[in-house]
Amino acid sequence: MSDLLRLAEDVVGRAQRGEEVEAYVARGQDLEVRAYDGEVESLASATTSGIGIRVLLTDAGDGGRLGFAWAGSLDEDVVAATLTEARDNATFATPDSDVVFAEPDGVAAATLDLWDPATAGTPTERKVAMALELERLVRSHPQVRQVDSADYGDERVEVALASTTGIRATNRRTGSFISVSAIVGEGSDTHTGTGFSVARSPEGLDLDAAAADAILRSTRLLGATKAASARLTVVFDPRVVSTLLGVISSALSGEAVVKGRSFFADRVGEEVAVATVTLVDDPTDPRAFAATAYDGEGLACRRNVLIEEGVLRGFLYDTVSARRAGTASTGSAVRGGFAGTPGAGCRALTLRPGELDQKEILARVGAGVYVQSVTGVHSGVNPVSGDFSVGIEGLMIRDGGLAEPVREVTVASTLQRMLLSVVHIGGDVEWLPGIAAGQTLAVADMQLSGS
Amino acid sequence: MPGVVDAPPLIEAPVLERVLAASLAGGGDMAEVFAEDRQTSSAMLDDRRVEELASGRERGAGIRVVIGETTGYAHTADLSEAGLLAAAEAASAVARQGGGGTRTVALGARRAASPRAEILPSEVAKSAKLELLARADDAARSTGGAITQVTVGYGDSRRRVLIATSEGVLAEDDQIRTRFNVGCVATGDAGMQTGHESLARTEGFEVFGKAAVEEIARTAAGRALAKLSARPAPSGEVPVVLAGGSGGILFHEACGHGLEADHIVKDASVYVGQVGELVASPLVTLVDDGTVAGEWGNYAVDDEGRPAARNVLIDHGVLTDYMWDYLRARKEGRVSSGNGRRQSYQHLPMVRMTNTYLLAGEEDPDEVIAQTPRGVYVAKLGGGQVNTATGDFVFGTSEAYLIEDGRITEPLRDANLIGNGPDVLRRIEVVATDFAMMPGTCGKDGQSVPVGCGQATLRITGVTIGGTAA
Repeated sequence: MSDLLRLAEDVVGRAQRGEEVEAYVARGQDLEVRAYDGEVESLASATTSGIGIRVLLTDAGDGGRLGFAWAGSLDEDVVAATLTEARDNATFATPDSDVVFAEPDGVAAATLDLWDPATAGTPTERKVAMALELERLVRSHPQVRQVDSADYGDERVEVALASTTGIRATNRRTGSFISVSAIVGEGSDTHTGTGFSVARSPEGLDLDAAAADAILRSTRLLGATKAASARLTVVFDPRVVSTLLGVISSALSGEAVVKGRSFFADRVGEEVAVATVTLVDDPTDPRAFAATAYDGEGLACRRNVLIEEGVLRGFLYDTVSARRAGTASTGSAVRGGFAGTPGAGCRALTLRPGELDQKEILARVGAGVYVQSVTGVHSGVNPVSGDFSVGIEGLMIRDGGLAEPVREVTVASTLQRMLLSVVHIGGDVEWLPGIAAGQTLAVADMQLSGS
Repeated sequence: MPGVVDAPPLIEAPVLERVLAASLAGGGDMAEVFAEDRQTSSAMLDDRRVEELASGRERGAGIRVVIGETTGYAHTADLSEAGLLAAAEAASAVARQGGGGTRTVALGARRAASPRAEILPSEVAKSAKLELLARADDAARSTGGAITQVTVGYGDSRRRVLIATSEGVLAEDDQIRTRFNVGCVATGDAGMQTGHESLARTEGFEVFGKAAVEEIARTAAGRALAKLSARPAPSGEVPVVLAGGSGGILFHEACGHGLEADHIVKDASVYVGQVGELVASPLVTLVDDGTVAGEWGNYAVDDEGRPAARNVLIDHGVLTDYMWDYLRARKEGRVSSGNGRRQSYQHLPMVRMTNTYLLAGEEDPDEVIAQTPRGVYVAKLGGGQVNTATGDFVFGTSEAYLIEDGRITEPLRDANLIGNGPDVLRRIEVVATDFAMMPGTCGKDGQSVPVGCGQATLRITGVTIGGTAA
């Protein structure tokens, strides 16, 4: 770890007069095993490392000019060439007085233990055995016709960040996952279901639960038909809710707000959701998959309340979007590894849990449709306009319980209307991979399109 | 191309031969070295400012060892012989239990690959690239005050690849790609709407001599403006007319993915065992063709060293073949169809589409609309997604209109359409002459690759559209 920070500091030390320099150095190691039909289909392992350098020319007086370059190597000559290229790129940028690098803001970083040595310490043979066992558990079920894939994967990521504006930050984390996809049925009555488990190390993975989930989600769709179009209440599975919160999150980015690309803009202080909705982004909660102590600019991550009892409280900012909005960074800079530059975004969204579990919510809803999975989220949900239309698979809800399965239908509304039509928020919070936790959620008055 | 000097190989042949031999020292049926050197440059203008001029450089090699049904893979950013030998040892770990022995590998003659570009983007001044952004921004904003935000992106990449295998394959390619995209936000009384347009070609900077960035910008702005007065899309099953070149993603999703042999050999596609069968309307002749010069999914050789090919997948409604990579072809005792692709040296190759298109028909496109009493006209498709095992797929609209009494009338808000591949392919009842291609990015198993899609105006008798209007 310290070798990464040393390299970042070394690059920063090469800053010339009239410029600020920031270096982001990352190293990752990963392993992926895929099992198929009782054998290892593939075993891939790798170490990757790279650097992203931002140079801000501050000599012009009318605002800084920013340039960026990255490279997938930490070799000395490559790093030097990357710095030169970032410097050259900066000369072409539009001067902008809002473009500055983060400076330490006095907020202490949380102490998070996200590194489990067991991820590296577990022998590869054991990880291979887990993928094979996962495949066997699903394949041995009498209704399963095929196991499309059964994977084990893990990663170890270390990041160091330094800048001439006083930033020094390091993050490291491990993660392990298993995932399995089952195919059941024949011909036009074929269905699939995926189960997975994530943890900081292989010991935390639950093979039986992942296998059971893949089997349940595929087999309960057998006999599914296209339902008739109707306006009804939709109950979303926790996994789907995690996906939907991820989409809503882009409208809560301060960057989207200052650039006029959020339907939440100008609505702080207004009721944007029903009073039971409290939405928080807290990357310092170690249960969150993407938990981290420092953000993508090296500021301490912190808990930010976005919607409180239905009222919009604020947005998530990185340094630049905060300046444009006349406020301070919320420690919410995210970046896509060494090849990306920081932007404002969510890491660990959660809805404040309600009291009911899924079964109780279904009982209260009485009639509607339960959505197990959605497709077309990227093509059918527009976080700028709020238009919402997704393909779904699931089961009808009748007499307060799950009834016949449905497929090849869509549900539609707008994100704005959905937030105001939430009728139940489950207490069944699941910490899922991605940037949001999920729990069962019931939304009234949506349009189901079918036959 | 004249004036372009061939670069030296990423790795010299004697080194490749030694690394391949070492990869098989512990046993194995086939070893492969895939080396890649990728340089990218990109620029973004947002909120009237050039936000970011970025440059990237990545080079490395992936080593694959195949033994029986098992593949071992390891990659390294170190292209020295020592770095490659270390990766070879990691990749061959899967074969350790097998019988080893000394292997010698002899590669074929080198055929250097020339970049297929008239103007290498790396030789164009950065200021010239930025000027394109400003021109597009001006053009989009000049369409009216309702355009409240404009994002313009420029990107180019040069990707040199080298593939060598223990079977003697030695192939190289030098792929130049250039893209330009505009996104607009329009604001009206009923909120905000978005419009996008992009140009993406496997060509150099010369693309901007053939296409005006102002035109791309005005198209994007026009889409956002049109939707300001849009009404909610209908809900339920309606006849749908897809405009020529509106995306072609229908075929990419409805059958393309299901015809990839990795899904076929695992019995995870609705098209298993259907070769020779009528799987679509007789109007459907579907081709996947990596050889179409300039298109976004074009290359000289795939990422396993096979030359790109034109493969007819469906001929007048009859399924003729699937798409193949090395591994799946080997399993069936045939050769790859040139569809083995990977995102980068950090990824294993798999079966991927290239440029997938439906051949044009004979009808006049205006007639197709005129013959539709009521339905939805899709001028531009968004993305899509398919479950190959069930055939169920969705695709989004990003510019669509109602058709009433054979005429295009009111604009509609964005919605997804949902259907089942084999079912929708049978419902294609007319195909027009106005063929056009569109670029796209295809994601599969976590890997993204550039692809092309194409089709002429066509009508589907009924597809379920997921709007909110009753």
